[in-house]
Amino acid sequence: MIRFDQVHKRYANGREALAGVSFSIDDGEMAFLTGPSGAGKSSILKLIALIERPTRGQVFIGNQNTAGIKPRGIPQFRRRLGVVFQDHKLLPDRSVADNVALPLIIAGGPKREIDKRVRAALDQVGLLGKEKSRPLELSTGEQQRVGIARAVVGKPQLLIADEPTGNLDPELALEIMQLFKRFNDVGVTVVIATHDAHLIDRFSARCLGIRDGRMAAPAGAAA
Amino acid sequence: MKPRAWFARHAQTLIGSLGRIAQYPIGALLIMAVIGVALALPLFLNVFLQNTRTATSNWNQAFDISVYLDKQAAGTRAQALAQQLRQRPDVAAVRVITADQALAQFRIASGFGNALDALPDNPLPDTLVVTPAVASSTPAGTAALKQAIADSPDVQTVQIDTEWVSRLDALLEILHRIIWLAASLLGLGVVLVVGNTIRLDILNRRAEIEVMKLVGATDAFARRPFLYAGVWYGLGGGLLALMAVAVAVGLLSGPVGRLAGLYGSQFHLRGLSFGLGAAVLSCSVGLGWLGSWLAATRHIRGIEPT
Repeated sequence: MIRFDQVHKRYANGREALAGVSFSIDDGEMAFLTGPSGAGKSSILKLIALIERPTRGQVFIGNQNTAGIKPRGIPQFRRRLGVVFQDHKLLPDRSVADNVALPLIIAGGPKREIDKRVRAALDQVGLLGKEKSRPLELSTGEQQRVGIARAVVGKPQLLIADEPTGNLDPELALEIMQLFKRFNDVGVTVVIATHDAHLIDRFSARCLGIRDGRMAAPAGAAA
Repeated sequence: MKPRAWFARHAQTLIGSLGRIAQYPIGALLIMAVIGVALALPLFLNVFLQNTRTATSNWNQAFDISVYLDKQAAGTRAQALAQQLRQRPDVAAVRVITADQALAQFRIASGFGNALDALPDNPLPDTLVVTPAVASSTPAGTAALKQAIADSPDVQTVQIDTEWVSRLDALLEILHRIIWLAASLLGLGVVLVVGNTIRLDILNRRAEIEVMKLVGATDAFARRPFLYAGVWYGLGGGLLALMAVAVAVGLLSGPVGRLAGLYGSQFHLRGLSFGLGAAVLSCSVGLGWLGSWLAATRHIRGIEPT
């Protein structure tokens, strides 16, 4: 599903975030990207979501070389991808249902179908009944679950998450991780960047350690 | 996408952008007022021009033709020619001013009485004042009548005092051009005002646009609500401009009617026609759309998630 081949990423300010990263993640696999903050985890996720492009090396997503995707093709590409952010990135002036519906509205479709899938997604994250609330009326954990519902509402084959539990206490963090695991159980490839080693230990998922822009021993083992 | 879904989506965005505007009514009203004032100025000048044209074309009909006869012609010749001209279908009335009457009038009006006494004889000719029939009061009609009279025997000179009307027409033509120039400049101003408003709006919604692009929105999708906002601004501004002109015409029509009445004219002030009003609205909507399109296309392209 994902293959990084000797990927380098140097930002415009000269900082070298990735220095020759290679790994691959299979279809239906669940993997953690671990390492201290600033190690390059976020850069990897940004390369997957085509928010950034590699300086050198190649990134394959679903057997497609992302170098071949022109800017015009990026919106279509992102519609097949679910992304969850540490800060949720919800729209505060829209209801929970509207936030979750956003990817479907963008992709276009009959309203009845959109409503149905929004309710299904909210049901999956346990937020059925909160459709009319505004994101800021919810707790942080609930906001993160809205973010997850929005990421999965389009039924993506690949779900990526950047520190999805970063702002949550351990109990809520575990709940969120279990939620990701449930999506993985139905066949979705899941990649989660996190520096929470204790959490990772509780899941039987592969760990890809990143340190100073290179592949390293997983954080759990190193610590 | 099916056409019905496509229309539903656009309608939704259209109403949605109106809802957004309604969240900040004061700001939106100010933008619309700026557009309204900018459009009202050339519109009002246009109303002034159209009415002036109508009024002067009315005056044009009232022109009499002055016919000066040869000094050598017999005194009875004037009456005979007058009788002859009254038979013509394109003549409404003929008044005869004999040389003696003319001299008497001139003596009173000019104050040169003593100087005139020194002349051996009356230097003034017999004169006919010919009023063309209404149907022949066109420039071509009066010109034909003038030619016919000039060809009559014993006629020295035929004069129509239309020169100042030509000058006025030339002036009005200049005013016409000025209105177009002003309208073009102010239209450009409307595009810039809407563009700047939309630019600020986009910067305020930067985070939202980033999120939309992250979940797969194209530039066109992110741009759409801003385009519709520009359309609403244009529509509101156009309506305000029409209202301003209607109020101005209402305030002026009374005094103008009284003035026309003093000149014995039926003239009354006319406002904008329905057609022109519709043209103004579509024009202001178009300008609003153009301004927002320019700003949105430029600035939304620059916003990428980081």
